[in-house]
Amino acid sequence: MIDSIPILEARNLEVRKGGTIILNVPSLLIPKGEIFSLIGPNGSGKTTLLQTLSYLLKPFQGEIFFKGEKVNSNHSVFEYRRKIAMVFQEPLLFDTTVFENVASGLKIRRMKNQEIYQIVMEHLDRFGIGHLGNRSARTLSGGEAQRASLARAFAIQPEVLLLDEPFASLDPPTHESLIEDLERILRQTRTTTIFATHDRSEALRLSDRMAVMNRGKLLQIGTSGEVMNHPVDEFVASFVGVETVLTGRVIKRNGGTFVVSISGKEIEAVGEALLGETVILCIRPENVTLFIHSSKEATSARNVFLGKIVKITPLGLYQKVQLHCGFPLVAYVTNHSLEELSLIEGKEVKVSFKATAIHVVRKGEDWKREDI
Amino acid sequence: MGTKINLWIILWGIVFLIFISLMTPVHAQQKTIILATTTSTQDSGLLDILIPIFEKKTGYFVKTIAVGSGQAMAMGQKGEADVLLVHSPEAEKKFIAEGYGINRRLIMHNGYIIVGPSEDPVKIKGVKSSSEAFKKIASMKALFMSRGDNSGTHSKEKGIWKAAGINPEGEKWYQQTGLGMGQTLNVAAEKKAYTLADRGTYLALRKNLNLDILVQGDAILLNIYHVIEVNPAKWPKVNAAGAKAFADFMVSKETQNIIKTFGVDKFGSPLFFPDAGKKEEELGK
Amino acid sequence: MDLILEGIKKAFWLLITFDPEVIKITLLSLQISGTATLVSLLIGISIGTAIALTQFPGRKIVVSLINTGMGLPPVVVGLFVTIFLWRNGPLGFLGVLYTPTAMILAQAVIATPIVMGITLAAIQQLPQKLRLQILALGATRLQMVWILIKEAKLPLLAAVMAGFGGVISEVGASIMVGGNIKGYSRVLTTATVMETSRGNFDIAIALGIILLMLAYFINLILTQVQQRERPR
Repeated sequence: MIDSIPILEARNLEVRKGGTIILNVPSLLIPKGEIFSLIGPNGSGKTTLLQTLSYLLKPFQGEIFFKGEKVNSNHSVFEYRRKIAMVFQEPLLFDTTVFENVASGLKIRRMKNQEIYQIVMEHLDRFGIGHLGNRSARTLSGGEAQRASLARAFAIQPEVLLLDEPFASLDPPTHESLIEDLERILRQTRTTTIFATHDRSEALRLSDRMAVMNRGKLLQIGTSGEVMNHPVDEFVASFVGVETVLTGRVIKRNGGTFVVSISGKEIEAVGEALLGETVILCIRPENVTLFIHSSKEATSARNVFLGKIVKITPLGLYQKVQLHCGFPLVAYVTNHSLEELSLIEGKEVKVSFKATAIHVVRKGEDWKREDI
Repeated sequence: MGTKINLWIILWGIVFLIFISLMTPVHAQQKTIILATTTSTQDSGLLDILIPIFEKKTGYFVKTIAVGSGQAMAMGQKGEADVLLVHSPEAEKKFIAEGYGINRRLIMHNGYIIVGPSEDPVKIKGVKSSSEAFKKIASMKALFMSRGDNSGTHSKEKGIWKAAGINPEGEKWYQQTGLGMGQTLNVAAEKKAYTLADRGTYLALRKNLNLDILVQGDAILLNIYHVIEVNPAKWPKVNAAGAKAFADFMVSKETQNIIKTFGVDKFGSPLFFPDAGKKEEELGK
Repeated sequence: MDLILEGIKKAFWLLITFDPEVIKITLLSLQISGTATLVSLLIGISIGTAIALTQFPGRKIVVSLINTGMGLPPVVVGLFVTIFLWRNGPLGFLGVLYTPTAMILAQAVIATPIVMGITLAAIQQLPQKLRLQILALGATRLQMVWILIKEAKLPLLAAVMAGFGGVISEVGASIMVGGNIKGYSRVLTTATVMETSRGNFDIAIALGIILLMLAYFINLILTQVQQRERPR
């Protein structure tokens, strides 16, 4: 690591509103060059955290360190704000030309007009709006306006970029186009970025590390792989897209595996759970296989059950199949397979999933959570 | 870009001009006199001639505040004026008696006139006594316009009604405009009514009115002007020196001469008759 | 009707011949009302913006006071200012009664609540997050206020026009505190009243027409600035 000091660090941050604590973050470290995403449902505190990190909101208590130095006095706050940039869900452009808008951050910093011109034109091109320079900001479409807002933020060459659900109000094609461009530019500039979203696939796509938030707390921080595949509790699990979450008790142990009884069925999983312990089993729908009842192929899967298809929901390139096997189960099946196996609602099929594919959450487990 | 710059330049240009041109000379307090007088005096135009001469001669700056007689005296009573030029003898005597003013000096006089439609339905033309004329108007219930604003003219009018032994208040033919002399004359002309007016204002508007002079010359119609200095003993802040200078000026020979000929070229006869030095009782004979 | 025609003819005659008294009166009107408007802009926009951006106890009361002030009867303002400026009044030592300065003062008192009230509404109406966005771009508090004022350019220019319109046409207070002194504190409105009371209706109408033309010209320029970037 070139920089052992994280570019941004928050300690013991607490924000209160009318006496209630709405944000509680004991620690957050962001290394330089990382793209970090905050995911969580509406009202989970993502906006509050971002605004506190940029000191737009004053915390009830806690400290923020920028490149190792504490940000607290009026002067240091101001200096700090000049090194970061924030983009909101609404473009919030000024009532003037696109050029003037993108230049506004630079004008605030009293840059000379010739320099401003260079930088602004460069960023307009970068975001694909070079031809809109002289247009009034009022006449832009949603996508164009958000591009302008991003260009405005990048123009000041921030050391930390904060994005608060910037694409939430755009239609899917515009959304898609913008994410592509943003991804490209972030990789090029290697700007440290923290962005909030309620769309986990967006987070998956762009970020190096992510954090799941709820009720003002960071429930889990880790790489996408860690969070997605090893959610630390049922909330995180359901938020990151684990569709099947089952609660049961351990009734048998067998070396490195154990058996859980759920609704009368026995499911085998891998782990250290103790006899009698209550555990939560998380099964990703991608890991569930369906096959037709009659075939008797040998399989290494320990968990094979008979199930009835309750509902099929098309999801574009694949379909979501909800089954009942004594316990509810969700599987993703490609359109092709659906056709091949003639899967329809009401049909009985066999389902299987590997013991190793089950993510176990032991009740009382406190992996990566410093609160409580 | 071009139009943008131009408009801002125009705007700022105007702002600049405003500031520059407001650099009017500030008059020292000692050299300022507040003269309270009546609207009819002001409207006659006499002061427009006299004041500049006075200012040039003495270096004083005169602020002529033309209001109703009542307000002029009230200003004197409060010490908010330095010198008064008014024509309400009864009220003036009370003013002096109560110690608000000193050195009440006679300046000039002219006469009120009773005017009315040329048809003169009441047939008061040539009547010598104004109270007689008023009695006739009342008996015929002819339309009469009163200023109704406690001005000098209004007070005079009330005095005549009193002398005639009539109380016109509330009668349908007696209408009070509450307006200045010029406006009241216009209303009287429109409605073909009778009214009491000062000669100056009437002459100034005569061309456009259709009213004739019907009664004049009666002693009771005398309109006598005095200059009164506000008593500095009561109000130390008044410009006593300035007031005295103005009053002295008004009674001076040169000024009295100007008054004598004022209005002749415009109206054929003078508007005022200079009286400095005379006694009030001698007038009108 | 002929009277109005007479008035229009007279107006043109007075202007074309550059009648010195009329020129003086017109210039004085512009100077006095212009200065009063500028003063009201300075005070009105700064305080209006400050109140719009701050929360404090009793804010609602202050705002309703300002809104009431917008409809203050000018004649009442004139009366109070006169009483204050009387020689024997609290501000008598200034000695400014019956001067153009007193007129500027009275007119500024009339115009300031108007400008303040409209500014308050205009700034409050800007999206809340806009302030945050401006601060996030690294602006100082002062820079932020300036940018917000620029964003509210449309209603603020309306405020200027409302303030100016209110005082250039004002007569009650101007007569009381100015004294309508010839060549010194006589303006278009006070002269119009005087000429009307003298019965010189044609001159009065002429002055009225000149006043309208003056007001129109000024508002034309201001409207141009306000409407400059409207969508085509």
